[in-house]
Amino acid sequence: MAPERADASLAHYCIRQTGRHLLLLVRSPGEIVNPLLFFLLVIILFPLGLGPDPEMLSALAPGIVWVVALLANVMLCMRLFADDFADGSLEQLAMANIPLAVAVLPQLLASWLASGFLLSLVSPLFGLMLGLPLSVAPILMASLLMGTLIMLLLGAVGAALTVGIQRGGMLLSLLILPLYVPVLIVGTRSLTEAVGGGDPAVALALLGAGVTGGLVLSPVAIAAGLRVSLEL
Amino acid sequence: MTATLLEVRDLDVYKGPRQLLTGLNLTVTTGSLLQLAGGNGVGKTSLLRAFAGLARIEVFGHLSRCDDVLYSGHAPALKGTMSPRQNLRTHPAGLCSPSDSELDKALAALNMTGYEDALTARLSAGQQRRVALARLFLPSARLWLLDEPFTALDVAGVRVLENRFREHADDGGAVIFTSHQKADLGERLEVLDLESYRGP
Repeated sequence: MAPERADASLAHYCIRQTGRHLLLLVRSPGEIVNPLLFFLLVIILFPLGLGPDPEMLSALAPGIVWVVALLANVMLCMRLFADDFADGSLEQLAMANIPLAVAVLPQLLASWLASGFLLSLVSPLFGLMLGLPLSVAPILMASLLMGTLIMLLLGAVGAALTVGIQRGGMLLSLLILPLYVPVLIVGTRSLTEAVGGGDPAVALALLGAGVTGGLVLSPVAIAAGLRVSLEL
Repeated sequence: MTATLLEVRDLDVYKGPRQLLTGLNLTVTTGSLLQLAGGNGVGKTSLLRAFAGLARIEVFGHLSRCDDVLYSGHAPALKGTMSPRQNLRTHPAGLCSPSDSELDKALAALNMTGYEDALTARLSAGQQRRVALARLFLPSARLWLLDEPFTALDVAGVRVLENRFREHADDGGAVIFTSHQKADLGERLEVLDLESYRGP
């Protein structure tokens, strides 16, 4: 390999790998559609169970939206590295001549685009179904954009640690649900503030800080977890 | 000019609590073709993974190798929903993407012309093996670590691969591979029988 190609190749490598994972997701659309469908079903079911009173629904909506987003994320994390681990792609990823913490970023990006990002884009629709006023839509989208990314970054650490374990789903939930709790509280807070006419800025800023911290720290933890899983 | 690509001194390999290999000494230079032999469970794969750096904590002793390594394990790292061409172009270990002509040449060398854009899942086991091995026909690393490369290949495929090994060694590369078959690589082939390093 010519040395002058080295810098350009890292960026190209990341773009190529992101494309690979997006293509894989498109080729098996169930992976993308399932969490969205799950989200839709639960949101449809809540008004049926709680009654159609708009006042009560919009008071409960922030909690409902966030809990469902959280559960959809846990579902995603259970499958996150499973295929790549089984077919040897993960060990090949570890053989690439770049730090594993960098090499996992394309997959995280692709997974987030196909899950949290899509979910945030359609979330105003779900918000309307739960009686959230349209004026809250920007806050809803912003908080979900950041919240799903934090949850994916946290969940990926657990997924990396448990990918080598048969039926590690239960263990994964135990590992990551406590970490999700602060995200859930802050995320819900941003919405209840917005619905109640308060200032959601503090909660959104906390989510932003979470994204920044997660982007810096979690790839290192994910890489370490994957190494442990590969060595078993 | 020969350079050392991999050097091992007094290496112990563990798998869990069990010691597989003990006191292994080995030097692999450019132009070497080395076959790791031994019965099932003697530790061929574990040793190869240790060489690749995938079993860091289970290895004790001195192990140094060049950075320029291609590892191919039991799992072929192929995605069934993508074509051979897409699989090779976006291979997770490949920092540089091969060009289309390089890809076509590599697949043609393994007699896979016409299957470049087929779904990999529809190919037979032997054909999938050929797609995985096509990486060896692309511009690649100097030191190859191959786990059972001949599995599922037909006689002609084995010939092609053996020729490629020789060519790679002539070009200043080296190959370490595991196999139960006797590879026809002439007197350049060294065979390391791991049975004689079996742990206690």
